Amino acid sequence: MPAPAAAIRKTLADANLQLAIYTGTGRFKDNRTRAVSAQLLPEYQELRARAAAIKRHTLDFLDVYLMQLESSVQAKGGRIIWASTAEEAADFVLGLAKERGVTTIVKSKSMTTEEIHLNDRLEPNGLESVETDLGEYILQLAGQRPYHIVAPAIHMTREDVADLFAAKLGVARDTVIENQAMTARRVLREKFLSAGIGVTGTNFVVADSGAVVIVENEGNGRLTHSAPPVHVAIAGLEKLIPRTRDLGVFLDLLGRSASGQPLTSYTSVVSGPRRPGELDGPEEFYLVLLDGGRTKILADVEKRESLQCIRCGACLNACPVYRKIGGHNYPWVYSGPIGKVITPQFQGRETAPWLPSASSLCGACAEVCPVKIDIPGLLLKLRQENVEAAPDPEEKKLFQRWSWLMQRPGLYAWLSWLGLTLFGRRSGGWVRSAPWFARTALLRAWLSQRDFPAPPPRSFRDQWKERKR
Amino acid sequence: MDVRDDFMERVRHALGRKLGQKPLPPPEPLLRIRYVPVEEKIERFRAALESLTGTLTVVDSPEAAARAAAALLNGRTAVASNHPFLVSCGIPTLPRVAGGITDPEELRNACVNSAVGITSAYCLLADTGTIVLRATPEEPRMISLLPPVHLAVVAADRLLSNLDEMLSMTPRPFDDSSAMVLITGPSRTGDIEQFLVRGVHGPAEVHTILVRGKPPKE
Amino acid sequence: MAVLQSGGMPRRVAIFVTCLVDQLFPRAGMAMVEVLERLGFAVDFPESQTCCAQPAFNSGYLEEARPVARHFLRGFADAEYVVIPSGSCTSMISRHYEELFAGEASTLEQVRALSPRVYEFSRFLVEVAQADDLGARFPHKVTYHDSCHALRELSLKEHPRQLLRQVQDLELIEMPIAEECCGFGGTFSVKFAEISGAMARTKVDAIVKTGASHVVSLDSSCLMQLRGALSRAGHNIQTVHLAEVLASRG
Repeated sequence: MPAPAAAIRKTLADANLQLAIYTGTGRFKDNRTRAVSAQLLPEYQELRARAAAIKRHTLDFLDVYLMQLESSVQAKGGRIIWASTAEEAADFVLGLAKERGVTTIVKSKSMTTEEIHLNDRLEPNGLESVETDLGEYILQLAGQRPYHIVAPAIHMTREDVADLFAAKLGVARDTVIENQAMTARRVLREKFLSAGIGVTGTNFVVADSGAVVIVENEGNGRLTHSAPPVHVAIAGLEKLIPRTRDLGVFLDLLGRSASGQPLTSYTSVVSGPRRPGELDGPEEFYLVLLDGGRTKILADVEKRESLQCIRCGACLNACPVYRKIGGHNYPWVYSGPIGKVITPQFQGRETAPWLPSASSLCGACAEVCPVKIDIPGLLLKLRQENVEAAPDPEEKKLFQRWSWLMQRPGLYAWLSWLGLTLFGRRSGGWVRSAPWFARTALLRAWLSQRDFPAPPPRSFRDQWKERKR
Repeated sequence: MDVRDDFMERVRHALGRKLGQKPLPPPEPLLRIRYVPVEEKIERFRAALESLTGTLTVVDSPEAAARAAAALLNGRTAVASNHPFLVSCGIPTLPRVAGGITDPEELRNACVNSAVGITSAYCLLADTGTIVLRATPEEPRMISLLPPVHLAVVAADRLLSNLDEMLSMTPRPFDDSSAMVLITGPSRTGDIEQFLVRGVHGPAEVHTILVRGKPPKE
Repeated sequence: MAVLQSGGMPRRVAIFVTCLVDQLFPRAGMAMVEVLERLGFAVDFPESQTCCAQPAFNSGYLEEARPVARHFLRGFADAEYVVIPSGSCTSMISRHYEELFAGEASTLEQVRALSPRVYEFSRFLVEVAQADDLGARFPHKVTYHDSCHALRELSLKEHPRQLLRQVQDLELIEMPIAEECCGFGGTFSVKFAEISGAMARTKVDAIVKTGASHVVSLDSSCLMQLRGALSRAGHNIQTVHLAEVLASRG
C-alpha cells in the first residue's frame, strides 16, 4: 500500500484538526517534560535504564517467565488462555460469553483488544460490547478507531460529542463537557451493573504474583474488572515483568511519560478472582495471553526491543510527524513512532513500505521513550529491509549513480565546477520555481513547499584552491 | 501437542532456548526507601492529595475521627466497610451510615444508593497522596468506587512514603487478597478537549482522615 | 587559547566541509576556515572529499553507502583532527559508521581509529580549542535552532550557545520550540514534502515570534529548510551557520 497522500493532505489542510492535535499532544509533552525534570524526578535516567534492562531481560527469557506466570495465576484460582492469533483471543471471549449466556460485555480501554478487533467479533454474534473509557465510548459511537494510544479522542471537539450523543443516545444536544461526561457516567453505570463479563487490557503482567496491572484515570477500569462476575484480562506477551517489586520502577515512569502524572488516579493490581469471604469482585478470572505475531518479533534479536514498549504514548506526543498527520493516517491501530516500528513487523513489511520512511529521523521519540527503545535505529533497519526485499528501481539506480560519483572526486569536482559556472548566481537569493533544465521530480517536490537557494557561482573547493594560490 | 505446549515451544524457538535452560538473574529494580519523619510524611501526603483536590484531616483519637467523619458526611447517606479500624472508631454506627453489611446483594445496593463510601486503607503513600486498598472480606471493592464521594479513615502508622516501601513491607501482597488498588485523587477524565472533569466513573471527591494515637482495645 | 604545540608549530586540522556546504553554502565553510585559522590552527582541505554517505545510509541503501564511507575513511585516515560544520554528518561518521561496517572487521578498525578524532565544529571549538573569545561581533537579534542530530545524537545543547554568548552585540532570543525538528530529514523533505513543509511552517511561526533577524544553527541542511520556508512565507529573516556568526567582525 502506498502512503495515503490524499488523506494526509486533508489532515494537513484542516486547521481545526491541526490545532487540536498540536495543542493536545503539546500539553502532554510539556507535562511529561516537567514531571521527569531533574527537580521533580532526579533518578529519572536511572529509572529508564533499569526499566529498559528489566524489560529486555524479561523478553530474553520470556519462556521462563511465562511458566512462572502460569503457575502463579493458577495458584490464585485464575486460568491462562494461550492465544496464538488475534482470532483465537477474540473467539475465546465469544465462546465464554455464549457458554455463560452473557449478553452485555463491558470493556475498558485496551490497545490489545483493538488489535484483535474484539468488538467486531462480538457484535455480529448478538453481543453488546460496550467501551467504557469516555474517549473510547465516544469513538465506538462514532464508529472510529483510536486516534492516539492514551488519548483516543484527542481529535474530537465538544461540538462533535454533542452531535454524536444527541444522535446516538437520544439526549438533548449539550456542548458542556461536564454534562457530556455525566451523560456517559449515567449510561455506562447501568452497563457495568448488568454486564456478565468485564474485559480489560493490562499495562503489566507480573510473573511472580500472577497479577495484572491496570492503569487508568476514570475508574471504568476498576468497574470493568470488579463489577461483572467474570473478568477477562487480555495481554500481549510483551506485558510481562518478573516481580511485584519491579512495579515501582514501571509505575513511576508510565504515568509521568504518558500525561505527566506521578501516578494516575487508579492503579489496579489484580490477582485472580475474589477469595472466599469477599463480598464483591469477579468469581472467575481469565488471562488471555496473545502471541499474534509477537514471537516473530522475539525471534529477531536486533528488533526484539520493539516489544519493550509500555504504550505510554510519549513518542506520539514528541513526534513532529504524528503532530501533523494525526493518528488515522497510520495504517494500523498503533500510530506514531512506535506504530511505524511495530506495524511492519506485525502486519508484514508489504502492508506499508512507506511507513518507516515517513520520518525525519529527528530522534525526539527515542529521547522520551521510558524504556529506551531506539526507534530511529529500528526505522533505519526497517528501511534497509525494504531496500533488500523490494527496492524502488528508480531510487536504487539513483543511489548507485550517486555512489559511483562520490568515489570519484575529480569527476565530482569537475561536474560541480561546470554546473556552478553555468548556473551559479553571484547575487545569491532564493528561488521559487525551477528553470526548465532543472525540473526534476525531487526539486519540484522541494519547491512545492519552500524556496531553494540559488547556487553560488563557485563551490567551496574552488574558493579554497583560489585562496591557497 | 496441545495449545499450551505448542505456544511455549514457539516462544522457546524464537528465543533459541531449550526447555529447562536456566535464565540469567533479572536486573534489580531501583528501590527508593528512605527514612522520612512522620510530620514530613503527613505534609507531603497533604500537599500531593490537595493538589488533586482531595483533603486531609488529621485527628488525635478515634472519637475525634468519628466526629470528623460525621462533620464531613453532614447528614448525607453513607456506606462503610467492616474494616476493624473503622469499627474501632465507631464509624459504621454513625447515623445514616449503612455498616456491618455481610450480604453481597445488600452491599451493592448500599453502594449504588449512598452518597459517600467510607473505607479504611491498607496504607497511604505520602509522595503521591495515594490511598492503597486491598480487597478483603472486610474491605470490599465497591465502597470506594460506586458512591460519588470516597472517605478513607486511616491510622497514622499506616502512612508510608512510597510504593517501594510498601512492597518491601508486603512482598507478597496477593497471598491474602485478590486485588490491590492505588487511589490517587478523584476519578478524572480529559478525553474531551483535554478538559478536566472529575467523577466520570468513580468518586468525584476523595477525603482522608488520619488518626494519630492507638485506637482503644476492642 | 591552547593552540600552539610545544615546538611552536600550529596544530593541523583537516576539514570535511560536507557536500551541501561545498555546493550550496561555501560561505559557511570559508567562515569555519577563518575561525580555525584565527585560533592558530593550520587548516587542510583534503581534496578527495565528497560526501559522508548519509543520504544512502538513511534511505536503507547500505550497499551504495559503504564504498562512499570507505572513500571518506581513506581521505581522512591521517588527519590529527577532522572538523565538520554539521552535526548530522559528524554523527553519521562517529556513530553510524560502526553499524555500517559491523560485518567488516578491517574497516571497523579504521572507523574506531578515526572517530575519536572527528569533531563537530562547535564541539571542537569548546573542547579542543577551548575558545573563550573569538573576537566576533554580530550586532543582531538571533534565535538558535537545535538541529536534531547535533542535539540528540551528539548532545550539543550548550556548546553552540556558549559560543554565541561570547559574540559581542549579539542578542540571543530563544524560541520555545528550539528543539523541535525543522522537517528536513534528508530525502524525507522530498518524499513527504507536504509533511516536511508543514513541520517547517510550525518552526517558521516560532522563529517569527521571537522577533529575531537571524536564525543560527550547526547544520546547513536545517538552515536550507528553514530559510526556504521563511522565504516562501515572505519573511526577510536570514539564516546563518554558527561559523559565519563567529567569523563575523560586525
